[in-house]
This record gives sequence, C-alpha cells and structure tokens, in this order.
Amino acid sequence: MNKKPLITFASCLLALVLHAAPAASAAELRIGLSGEVSSLDPHLLASQPNLTVARHVFESLTDVDPQTRLIPGLAESWRALDPLTWEFRLRRGVKFHDGSEFTAEDAVFSLARPLSIRGSPGGFASYVRAVESATAVDSHTLRVKTKYPYGALPEDINSILIVSKKAAQNAGPEDFDSGRAMVGTGPYRFLRYQRGDRLELARHDQWWGKTPAWDRVTLRVVPADPSRTAALLSGELDAIEHVPSADLKNINKNKKLITIQTTSWRTILLHLDQYRAQPPGVSGADGKALEKNPFMDLRVRRAMSMAIHREAIVSRVMEGLAVPAANIVSPGVFGHNPALKAAPYDPEGARRLLAEAGYPQGFRITLAGPNNRYINDEQILQTIAQLLTRVGVQTRVEAAPMSAFLGRVRKEDTAVSLLGWGSFAADLALRSLIAGPNPEKGYGAWNWGRYANPKVDALMEQALGSTDRGRRETLAREANTLAMNDLAIIPLHHQVVSWAMRANLAYTPRTDEFTFAHHFTPR
Amino acid sequence: MLSFTLRRLVQSAATLLVMSLLVFAGVYAIGNPVDILINPEADQAEIARATAQLGLDLPLWRQYLVFLQGALGGDLGNSFVAGVPAITLILERLPATLELALLAMLIAIGLGVPLGLVAGLKPESWIGRTIMAGSILGFSLPTFWVGLMLILVFSVQLGWLPTTGRGPTIDLFGIPVSFLSWEGLRHLILPATNLALFKLALLVRLVRSGTREAMLQDYVRYARAKGLAGREVLRVHVLPNILIPVITVAGLEFGSLIAFAVVTETVFAWPGMGKLLIDSIGLLDRPVIVAYLLVTVCLFIFINLVVDLLYAALDPRVRPEGAR
Repeated sequence: MNKKPLITFASCLLALVLHAAPAASAAELRIGLSGEVSSLDPHLLASQPNLTVARHVFESLTDVDPQTRLIPGLAESWRALDPLTWEFRLRRGVKFHDGSEFTAEDAVFSLARPLSIRGSPGGFASYVRAVESATAVDSHTLRVKTKYPYGALPEDINSILIVSKKAAQNAGPEDFDSGRAMVGTGPYRFLRYQRGDRLELARHDQWWGKTPAWDRVTLRVVPADPSRTAALLSGELDAIEHVPSADLKNINKNKKLITIQTTSWRTILLHLDQYRAQPPGVSGADGKALEKNPFMDLRVRRAMSMAIHREAIVSRVMEGLAVPAANIVSPGVFGHNPALKAAPYDPEGARRLLAEAGYPQGFRITLAGPNNRYINDEQILQTIAQLLTRVGVQTRVEAAPMSAFLGRVRKEDTAVSLLGWGSFAADLALRSLIAGPNPEKGYGAWNWGRYANPKVDALMEQALGSTDRGRRETLAREANTLAMNDLAIIPLHHQVVSWAMRANLAYTPRTDEFTFAHHFTPR
Repeated sequence: MLSFTLRRLVQSAATLLVMSLLVFAGVYAIGNPVDILINPEADQAEIARATAQLGLDLPLWRQYLVFLQGALGGDLGNSFVAGVPAITLILERLPATLELALLAMLIAIGLGVPLGLVAGLKPESWIGRTIMAGSILGFSLPTFWVGLMLILVFSVQLGWLPTTGRGPTIDLFGIPVSFLSWEGLRHLILPATNLALFKLALLVRLVRSGTREAMLQDYVRYARAKGLAGREVLRVHVLPNILIPVITVAGLEFGSLIAFAVVTETVFAWPGMGKLLIDSIGLLDRPVIVAYLLVTVCLFIFINLVVDLLYAALDPRVRPEGAR
C-alpha cells in the first residue's frame, strides 16, 4: 500500500489551513516593544516602557521633538513671569477621549497626582519637586510657582502626563489597567490590554495634532531579542524597536525591510572613587595598600581615559552602534559641547602620565558594572579591563545583574563603576551625576565617585536657576566642559538606537529612544 | 488517610513559612528595588520617600512581620512595579501557563508512551533506534535554541504559525483560555511543542526501559504461554505495570512544567507566570516573587497529592487500609 499521496495531501491541507496568517490592513500598525510594561498608570513608575505606551494615550504640557528639544504639547506656549513663576498657555479645543474638554483643572490635578499614589516606587515626584503650587488662572492658563528659581521646569513636567481629572479621580493603577481611567487627550484611545502581551489602541479622531496614518495600533511586548526580530521577519509585526545588533545585517539584506538609527541620549561612563583614601578593590601593583587614592590625581584619570581605545570599543564590541563620547550628554542635546573631543587612544602617553603621577608600576583596580542593562555591557567591561591592564592598571572585572550591582554600589562597595545615563539637558545630568552630593538640595544622587568641584556646582546651579533658555544653555555647556576637562567621570560612548520596519514605512528616529505609532508614516 | 493528609498539611505550611523567609532574606540581601526602579532625575529625598512608600525602610524582621500579618489575612502585598496585588498578577497569568503546560504534557504523554512502547518492544529495529536517537536530541538540545529554530522554520520560513504571543482568549467558566479558538490554538502549537520536547524524550526513555524490563518478567512469559495475543499482553500486563513510574514522573514533571516554563515563555513572549517571575526577579519585585513561590509550592503539593491518589488507584499495594 502506498501511503505517500495521502501524506502529501495531508501536509498540503495542513499548509493551507495553517497559512491563514492574518495580514494587516493598510490602516493597522503592529509594533514590537522591547521592554516589559508594568502598569498603564502613567504616574506609577517612571520607566521607559511604561511611558512609551502611556504617551500614545496621554500627552504632557511640553513635548520634545526627535532631537530632544522642547516643543509645545498641550501647552501652546510658556514663559517665566518672574524667576519663581512659570505661566503655561494651554491649547484650546483639546478633547479627552470621553469627549470632555481639556482644561487647566486637569493639568493641576495631574501635576499633583504622582505624589498622591500610595505604594508607588515613584520617580515622578522628582519631576515636581521644584513645584511650590500649581493653580488654574482661568480655564486655559496654568501658573506654576517654584520653590526656587528653576529653569528646567518645562523639561521636568514633560514627564508628567495629563490625565482627565474626572476619570482619574480616586483611580488606582488597576483602573488604568482595566481601561476605566485611561482617558487622555493623546492620538490613540484605549481598546484592550493584556498584561505582558499587548495593548490595542484605536485612533482618537478628535486629536488636535496631525491625524495619524493608522486607525488601529497594536503594541506587542516582545522582550526577547531574537523573537522580536523573528516576528518582524515573519510579517507578524510591522516595526520593532531596539533591533539587536547581531540581526541588523540580516534585516538590511532583506528587501522587504529597512532599519534606521540615530545616536541615543544614553551616555555610557565610568565613575571613579574620588573621596576615600583607600577605595575598595584598589591596591598597589604588588597587592599592598596604596598610600593615597590614585583617582584623586587628574593625571591618573587622564591616563585611564587615554588608555581606553574608544574607537575599538565602538567598532568591535558595539559593532559600530555607538559614538565615542567626550560629553556628559549626546550630540544635539541641550548643553552638549561639540568642541570637546574624546581623548585619543595613547597607551604610551598613559604610561608616562601614570609614572609622572608616581605609579611607574601601575596599580590594581576592580571594575564593577551591570551585565544585563546596557548594550554589550559585560563585553565593554572586559575590553576596558584589558586596555587598562595594558598600561599597567591591572583590572579585575566584577559584572553582575543590575539589581545586584546597584546593591553593591549603595553599600559603597565599588570604586570604579560603569553607568549609563540619558538626559534632556547637560545641567540636569550634571545635577545627578557630577554635582557634589547634597541630599538637601538633591544634588549628586548618582555621583558614586563623589567628585566635588565648587566651580562646576556653581555653574550648574546658575544654569538651572535661569529661566532664560539661551543663558541657561551657555552656562550648562560651560559647566559640562569644565567637568569633562577635569574628568569628573570618564565618558565612554553614546549608544546608537535602531528601529526596523517594513520597507514601505518611515519613522524619524528619536534620540530619546521612544517608539510612537503616530510618528510612523506610510511611504 | 486523615492523619496522612493532616501531616502533609502541617509539613506544607512549614515549607511555605521557611521558603517565604528565605526569599525575603535573599531579596533583601541583593539590594533596594527602588534603586533600579527610580528614574534618573530622582534625588536622595525622592529615593528615601519611595523606599518608605514601599515599606522598605523598616528593618528586615519588621518587614517580614508586616508581610506575615498581611499573608494571614490573605493579602500577599502589592507588586512594587504594577501597584496591584501580587496574587492578582499571578492568577491573571496562571491560565496562560496552565494551558501551555497541559497541552505540552498531553503532547509528551500522547507521543511519549506509544513511542516508548515501540522502542521497548523492538529495541534493535531501525524504528526503535530512530526513536532513541530522537530522544537523545530532545534531551540535549537547549530549549531556547529549539524554540528559536521552531520559530525560524515554522513561522519565518514557512509562515504557517505565529511567532510569538498568545492568541485571543475566550472565557471558560470565567477563566480566559485561548485553546478554544483556532487562532488561539495556532499560537499554542509552537510553544507547547517546544515545552513538550524535553518531557517527551524523558517519557520515551522511561517507557522504553520499563517495557523492556516488563517483557522479561515471568508474568509476561506466562501470559504468552497461556496463549494471550501480544496486544492483550501489552494492555493487561505490561502497560499497567510501567504506568506507575510514568505517572510519578509525569506528575512531578508537570509541576516543573508549570513552575519553570520560563525559557519557553520568554522565547515565545508568552504572557505566563514564568516570564512574570523572571521579570520580577530582575526588578527585585519581592511581593510577586514571594507570592509566586507560595503559589508554586501549593501547586506542587496539590500535584503530589493527585499523584499519590492515582498511585493508589493503579497499584493495589499502596492502597490505604479499608479502601480496597
């Protein structure tokens, strides 16, 4: 008996039935996101994945363009009436998804909500810490009093999304997850949400902005890199964010797909302990304790920076997906100084400088960092260790998951540590990373090396205190330049962020790494 | 039977207590979740405020007491990152994992037992050898690699099945399940196959060795000598005997399927409990980690109980007195 025809027939049938892969209609867009969304509540946790989905439904008073420059959002314009008062003119005729009108009352409510959520791991409160009071002058004018002169308020409140007071009053995270409180003014309204899987959205037809090209949007959460690529290759997704560097080549070879890239705002840097006489994990070349902390000597910091071959890290470790850094913020970001150049690779010069500083035999250090947070973070650590060892700074690497690494940092158990940082403005980055730690003023919360330079602090403080943007940027750039020339931290590189999509789509890559369905257009 | 059940319950409660204590201390030792969760612009005051909001500023023993107090009242705490009860998050995802594990187990048993029987009856034939060679592959290939290959072949190359995610769900007695619709089943096939492979290989080997052993036993020879047909011998004498270890292993393995479907769920972006656990560990979301492990321990206890009962049904020797 010949069974072959039967098998062939069965497999044909199977193929026929199974091949009913759903094709996207012209007006639907399916995007694969890389980060796990923990909640739809826009004020619970300030994480990039949460904000990505929330910004489809909600908007903020100020917006940022793809190059991270501020542009009008729900506020048409804003100005400082005096050093302590900001006034925002709100857009008229903006409708919430339930049809009600957006007014200053909603803005006042939204600015206060982050602080009122109980049991929130927070983050958003830091964006309203400068706010003394927010009041509605009339239905479309908002006045914000600050506790001290504060020029970065328009940047800060970009992170506070505006919810409908009516819908969100007394609403908790579960009400947002269920959709009941998901009433925003944004380009898309809530349809369905399956936690850990997808959020389905429909176009908000009364949106004030340029009508998006898609009636329906599905945001799928696919954190595993190869799976996200596979879903794009199979045509199940139209676009994906954070394309794994290993897959870029293959995707570019595929005629049906394209990729786009831009420099991200994330700067990868090294913190150096500059406050303890005996930093942990640091000893002489012979293993004995050193007399003083070598990192307090600028020559040593400079030697270490010169010993790091940034071009090699970028081309080999990062496969070209990074830009050597000499700044605390990425190119194009407020306060960036294009005149600063990354230290050229110079192992000979590094050895000379070390000898000059009194370390002809070098010394030993331990380099700590995460192994699951930034692109190729552990390989970067290993490469730097080899480069430093080559000039006599014998380096041992201790890489750990971000959670464990941060635990060690908080116990002050690390002397040289890798960190990545994304910021809208140089003065904001300086405030967290480089300003001398001062809990009262909120300075230097992430200044692990406790570098302290009164000149940098003063310039940064002046920058943040000026409500005139031109003046503020000049000061911020100056502070940034000063700190970088003094190697307060060792900048390594700025990451490059990439998207991949069907060849008939277009997207303007964003420095802040956000992926927005309404910014995708058909070609 | 009653004292047996009671002892089991007390043991289980002790296990739960010890385990929650261990997890508590472990997560506490790693670090403060606020450090990971907080946004970059946060200052010292904000970090302290958020830490206090989550109750993490208290000494460890006080935190544990607070947890115990809540747990006794049925409240395992809110997830730090989702702001909703941890148990809600887990129960929300339980159906997805359960249907995946059930289908995987069905595949593993449905294929593993017959294949193992064939391999055991004809160990030297080409078919027996092929089955065994296949089982070695099933054992030794890493799950994530097989998962990716399945996606590459059946989704990307052939385009037959979806790559990732869970299909639309239909409520069955109030539980959202996806296996009732065609689209849902299509989404289930690849991850379930992926998850089943290892267990399938395991069952094939178990059944094969059991069969080979049984075939040499006196009772099989007598049955044959008695003139019973080969099929009858298998059904009446061989199968019941090899099923006892199969059920033990299948039961235990089912527990591990549910608890540790992590890899498959990650590769296929399946919104199940395993993925939730991994994400929670990465973020030190302690309430979810503790609740997850408590639920898992309860599941294991339940499964073991079912296995014991099935045992009793199959093997008269372990039946409790008076239950004959």
